[in-house]
This record gives sequence, structure tokens and C-alpha cells, in this order.
Amino acid sequence: MSELKIVVLAKQVPDTHNVGGDAMNPDGTVNRAALPTVFNPEDLKALEMALQVKDRMPGSHITVVTMGPQRAAQIIKDSCSRGADDGFVLSDARFAGSDTLATSYALSQAIRQLGKVDIVFCGRQAIDGDTAQVGPQVAEKLEIPQVTYAEELCAVDGNSIVLNRRLADGVEQVRCALPALVTVTATAPDCRYPHAHRLLRLAKEEVRFLNADDVNPELERLGLKGSPTKVKKIDNIVLSHKESCQVDATPEALSQLMATLSKEHIIS
Amino acid sequence: MNNVLVYCELTRSNHIADVSLEICTKGRQLATEMHGKLQAVVAGNNIEHAAKELFPYGVDEVFVANDSRLASYRTLPHFTVLSKVIEQQQPDVVLFGATTVGRDLAPRISSYLRCGLTADCTALELGPHDDAKSGKHYEQLLHQIRPAFGGNIIATIVSPETRPQMATIREGVMKKEILDANHQGTIIPIDLGNSLDAVDGAVTILHSDIVEKNINIKGAPIIVAGGYGMGSKENFQLLHKLAHMLGGEVGATRAAVDAGFAENDRQIGQTGVTVRPRLYIACGISGAVQHRAGMDQSSKIISINTDPQAPINAIADYTIIGDVNTVLPMLIDSCNNILK
Repeated sequence: MSELKIVVLAKQVPDTHNVGGDAMNPDGTVNRAALPTVFNPEDLKALEMALQVKDRMPGSHITVVTMGPQRAAQIIKDSCSRGADDGFVLSDARFAGSDTLATSYALSQAIRQLGKVDIVFCGRQAIDGDTAQVGPQVAEKLEIPQVTYAEELCAVDGNSIVLNRRLADGVEQVRCALPALVTVTATAPDCRYPHAHRLLRLAKEEVRFLNADDVNPELERLGLKGSPTKVKKIDNIVLSHKESCQVDATPEALSQLMATLSKEHIIS
Repeated sequence: MNNVLVYCELTRSNHIADVSLEICTKGRQLATEMHGKLQAVVAGNNIEHAAKELFPYGVDEVFVANDSRLASYRTLPHFTVLSKVIEQQQPDVVLFGATTVGRDLAPRISSYLRCGLTADCTALELGPHDDAKSGKHYEQLLHQIRPAFGGNIIATIVSPETRPQMATIREGVMKKEILDANHQGTIIPIDLGNSLDAVDGAVTILHSDIVEKNINIKGAPIIVAGGYGMGSKENFQLLHKLAHMLGGEVGATRAAVDAGFAENDRQIGQTGVTVRPRLYIACGISGAVQHRAGMDQSSKIISINTDPQAPINAIADYTIIGDVNTVLPMLIDSCNNILK
């Protein structure tokens, strides 16, 4: 049985599902410091799918790659405690301001440094952006096919992978030649738990950091410079108060309301 | 070229998908404002008739790729077709549906062309832009507007320096409107040569278990929607009864769907569909921003809620404070009287 080289792309994200009142700065920008961070949920499911490949093909090697600040090292430790073999953080001020295009460029350059890779797994999208763009963009840059919205690993061997894809109106099973990139969706199985003994061992280990120079990039494709999209404006959602008419919860008042709507041809 | 190009999706029965017609309607408006043409790309098998369905929506040129290998959507064959047309035609704007297909294809294209892409737009406008950093002024850029950060903010994105400007657009947020039933456009076949040969083998569809949706809340003129406050699946029957009397459909919030009160296809909001009915009756819905994003364009809104402070009341035309399970039977009775 052959062994595969697997990369998992993971992101540490602010927990947008638990946004408190202080999540926004007065100027409308996001107050990231006020938000707890989490392992992006779909990336965790991507890690699980990678681990399932390793279950089926023992000896396969899983490397987790994340891009972010110093504290993103937690993602690597967490991944390794769940069964990943190693990983590193891509961290550099020159990555700041990256949109999805610049992000996918930096990540694809990092993956290239690893030599031959058979499968790249990542979450479909991150909860802080919901764009779902980085996966397909990395696939294009690596010039490999992509399988998006994977929810179930059906089979894998040294040459191909069979996956069920969750689409809006059903499920599609595909076979994809390797190497390939797979994005994993929310309906995929949850990730297994960390091992206590691994956690203890990892607590003492240093997480590896790479900077921009380590991935040999064209510098003008990084960060703000390499990002074609610009945020022009951010608006907080403000409830525009309409003139709301209060209707009593009585048969008479409700009948009158219905009569009004009927007269206005809204109901008929 | 000041042209707007729309990548069109096909239904299982080989008609142009509604979401693509919605985007063509918006695309027509943008193209006219830009003094350019509206172009469309359709890729599939036996699709000549489908291409013609686009003309009433104001499409000037339809680029058609007809090949059995394009019949079911697969990334690389469709990528090959679309990238070819874009490189040839150099449109200024390229639009996709924010569907499972559009969100698979658009980012791969943007990476290949190294241009900006904004996901899940809910509005598009043309307008000027002053770049604070470079000091450059742009007369007319595509303002790509989308909810961000879990729906708590609305961001306007521009791509000043790269072309085309690309965006995916949420289903249901643009109105589908026929421009002119007699509008005539041109069908232009795409010469694929042997370009599909190299990409055909990567992905094989082994099996597909796809059902056409049988619930269509998007097109319903009246929607009676329930939230978690409805309490149970049984209580949802009251909504079905009222919706049936009014000739409408039943919608639900994410919380109600998660609780098992209603089917997935009925979900309205940021992660469901966007609706703009003539009348929206919100029952036991507090009105979280994610839900409001999917219904606040409704012409008339009635809210039934025990909580006078519920955010939904702020956008309602009529507010009824009370328990849904006592108010709804009364409402059904009065409907019976008025509509008979």
C-alpha cells in the first residue's frame, strides 16, 4: 500500500457566532481583540478527513499549514494533538492585508516548498469571511483539480480519491485523480478528540514559523499589494425604524387589518 | 471593453436557471449604464434552445459551448470554456450566481486571471472611487456590496486595478425581469478545438442523487414564516393553513429549521433564500439580522410576537403583540370571513 503526503490548510478565526456588544469599534471596523478565536469549524472537519485517509493508508503524512499571527501556533498544536504529524505557521507582516487571492498565493507557495503533495484538504470556507474562495484558488495555483463541498470520504488509493459532495439539491459522488485539492463542508464528520498524552508532549514543543522569504514568493503578489479587492466602505447594520402600526390581538382588530390588506389588493 | 458577462447555469432539464436570469436582469442594467453589451456564456449539451431563453432579458451575445463533456457541471471543463471566452472578449465585469457551481468556478477563474472577486454579493452598483493610498480617482467602478462578519456588517468592495471585476451574487436578491420579449441577440458558438481533452479525465461523476426542489418559496407572493417561537412542528400547521388560504408559502428561520419545525428548503435568511413577497407574516420570529437580511425587502410585513421589543417589529408595517398560538387562529378566522 502506498503512502500519501497530505496537507491540511487551517485558519484561526474570530468566533463570529458568539459576537458580543464590543465586537465593533466605534468606527465600524471589527474589534478582533474583543473576540475569542477558534479553529475554523470546517477546517477541523478537513483535518478529520485527512486523518481518515491516514487511517486507510497508514504511513501517510499530514502537515498542517496555517497563516496568521503568533497565536495561530495554537492551530498547529491542536491539529497535532488530534493526529496530524507536523505543521507550521506562515507569519509575516508582509502578508498583512491579504485578500483571498494574495492568501491563496502565499499558501500555494508554502505548499510548493513541501515537494510532491498528493492531497490538500481545507474547509469549504472560514466563518469570518464566508467567501469559500481560497480553496479553489490554491488548487488553480498548484494546477491541480479541485473537489469542493466534500462531506464523505468513500475510497482512496495512491492514484485517486472518491468523495461524496454535498450540493444544494442533493449529493454527487465523484472520483478525482491525484494530486487534488478537496474542500470539506459543514455536513462532514466532526473531528476526533485530542489525545491527552500528545497534548502534554506538545506543550513543550516549539511550533515552527515560516516567513515570506521562506516560501520564495514574488513580493508584489503578497499582502495588500497583491490584493486586487479593496474594502471601500463598512456599514453597521442599522434598523431603519418604519412607522409601525400596532394592531390589537382581538378578532375585531385583526379582521380590520385583513380588510385593509384586501382593499389594498395585498391579499385576495 | 465595457461589457458585462454573465456565466449562466442550467437546470437539470437544460433551461437557464432562475439565478442566472436574475443576474442577467441586473447585468443588463449595468451594461446599459456602462454603454456596453451584455454577454452570456452557456456551456452544456444540446443547449441551443436554452441560449435563446436569455434574449428577452436583454442579453446581446450568448457564447455557447456545446459538448457532451460539458453536460453535468465539472470544474475543469467549464473553467476551460469560461476562461477562453473571458480572454477573448476581455469584459469589464463578470458575474456568477453564488451557488455551489458559481462558488466553485469563480474563484478558480479569478486566480487564473489574477483579478478581484467578491463572494455572495447582495447588491451591485456603479459608482466612483477615490483610492486613499494611491490618490487615484476612478470614475466608474463596480461597487460590490455584501454582508460580512456573520452578517453583522455590510461591506462595499471594489477592485480598482484588475479586470474583469468579478462577483458572485446570491440567489433571489436580484429581480428577474423581462426587458423586451422581442429583444434579439446573437448566438456565438465557441470553438473548443481539442481544449477539453486534457481536462476531461481529472474528475468523473460516478453517481448523482439530485432532486429538483419541490418547495419554491422564492417566487411566492405571500409568505407566512415561523420562527423558534412557534414552539413545535405541530404549531407550524397553523402557518400552513394560513398560507394555503392566502395562496402563499410557508417560510422558516434557521432556528426553526434547526429545531426540526420545517424543511431546509423553507429557510429564509442569510444562509437560506432571500425573498421579497408582497406580504410577509412573521410569526414568533424575533428578527435576528441574519433572518432580516433574507426578507427585509418584502413590500408589507406583519409581525406577531409576544415581545414588544423584538427587532422584527422595527421593520414591520403592522405589529401584533401576542402569542402566535392564540393570534393565528383568530387571523385564520378573519381571513375566512374576508376572503370568502
